[in-house]
Amino acid sequence: MYTAVELGLIYAIMALGVYLTFRILDFPDLTVDGSFTTGASVAAIMIVSGAPPLLSTIAAFVAGLLAGVITGLLHTKGKINGLLAGILTMIGLYSVNLRIMGGSANIPLLREDTLMTPLRENEWLGTWVSIAIFALIAIAVKLFLDWFLHTDMGLAMQATGDNQEMIRSFGVSTDRTKIVGLAISNGFVALCGALIAQYQGFSDISMGIGLILVGLASVIVGQAVFGSRVIFVSTLAVILGAVAYRVFITLALQIEWFDPSDVKLISAVLVILALILPQWKFFKRLPTFSTLKKTKTSAKARGSYVGS
Amino acid sequence: MLEVNDVSKTFFAGTVNERVALDDVSLQLPSGDFVTVIGSNGAGKSTLLNIAAGKLLPETGRVIIGDRDVTKLADHQRAKYIGRVFQDPMAGSSPNMTIEENLAIAYERGRRRGFRIGVTNKKRELFAEELKSLELGLENRLKAKVGLLSGGQRQALSLLMATFSEPEVLMLDEHTAALDPQRAELVSRLTTEIVERHKLTTLMVTHNMEQALRLGNRLIMMHEGRILFDLNEERKSRMTVKGLLQEFENVKGETLNDDRAMLQ
Repeated sequence: MYTAVELGLIYAIMALGVYLTFRILDFPDLTVDGSFTTGASVAAIMIVSGAPPLLSTIAAFVAGLLAGVITGLLHTKGKINGLLAGILTMIGLYSVNLRIMGGSANIPLLREDTLMTPLRENEWLGTWVSIAIFALIAIAVKLFLDWFLHTDMGLAMQATGDNQEMIRSFGVSTDRTKIVGLAISNGFVALCGALIAQYQGFSDISMGIGLILVGLASVIVGQAVFGSRVIFVSTLAVILGAVAYRVFITLALQIEWFDPSDVKLISAVLVILALILPQWKFFKRLPTFSTLKKTKTSAKARGSYVGS
Repeated sequence: MLEVNDVSKTFFAGTVNERVALDDVSLQLPSGDFVTVIGSNGAGKSTLLNIAAGKLLPETGRVIIGDRDVTKLADHQRAKYIGRVFQDPMAGSSPNMTIEENLAIAYERGRRRGFRIGVTNKKRELFAEELKSLELGLENRLKAKVGLLSGGQRQALSLLMATFSEPEVLMLDEHTAALDPQRAELVSRLTTEIVERHKLTTLMVTHNMEQALRLGNRLIMMHEGRILFDLNEERKSRMTVKGLLQEFENVKGETLNDDRAMLQ
């Protein structure tokens, strides 16, 4: 269970990236599946070639930024539908990732010096110490996002996902805010990929497949249960959602009937439930789902208006 | 100052649906002018406004604001000089953001947005002060989400957001048309007050002839993509709704007669 929480906290970095595109920019970005592996492969190949692990991890972040910029350019300048732009980058990245890893589908990091080595040597992995360290990293990313979204640039980005016409009329290029948002988002996703590769001790070409579902599950479940009234709460809910998701999957796999290969189906069903259940009357009455109700009424207020 | 020179726009050119929206229209607004534009549906009022704001590009002609030719600039690029209020009260503000966040966005109109915190205590005081002028009590609800406001409150907020950074030109696109009479009255009154206070050069499109006569210092009637007549302050102050209709019939009749003469 400690391992599940650790993994959840690392994946929370990716989930925060997905939150930025999916919730703030209102852009379901499928680039994630590719950029996660890009981050893992860049970090892995650099570490194997003897680069310092911290530098390799930063390089992975930068590679993610670039992947996001590509999707952003395809969508804004190329005027390609957002979903399709993400898919195109994701598919393209599959080949790029293989190239990065020197043509092999898997790079083991077992005897390499990585960011996880100190944790492993002190036997902190699987204890409260490593959970505290991973929690601090996730919270640092969360606080960065909180701060960023409250800057002038961040407010413009929020408005881009909320009312494009309006923010353009105040002199903001929505193309620019979208590209920057996609870049930061995929930067975090790639950073997460780099950390996961070092944590599990290898980078693999298929490690990103279906990852967008994990991100969406964390964001949607987290916000349904823990709330989303203000950004500070939303981002915290995303972290808690990512941990809850990992714990849930671990528990589900302890049921003997399930195989580890059923994980993707379980995630898909979990996301479907998180999207559908709050619409049912029974769940609307539950206090934990109150926040979803709130966003629903505000959606109504947006759709129609009455003179006060 | 706003200048629209010899602007033409045709929709669906070269198809059976071809429609001339603007036919060689020119219009000059010296600084401080408040012009109201009326006309029936399809007269070209909104097209004129959208071309001036950069939402549409003209086929011919130029748009000049101050001493800058902005014809080729995209809408967000010329937004530095233009404040806009839309017909839909939902269009001018961001519903899932708070009142103060919306105002902070408006405050930075046209400036390069960087990494400074958007809403500071100092700005909050300024926003509260500005909101007081609306007399809607919004200064006590700075942290309320804009989506919770009524249509009238949102339109008043949009008007404030469009004007308090003092743009060179204010463009109002039937901004009271979707409100109930009482709220429309409120927003009309606020418009007059704000335009006077900031001495804004204003172009207002409306369907409401009575409103067009009451607001502003100059009135333009459009029909089928052309300016039919242009009333200066003195003639406008003596004009009535009935007079406007009469004038419209006269001018339209003349053009019809011209057409008939051409055909004979």
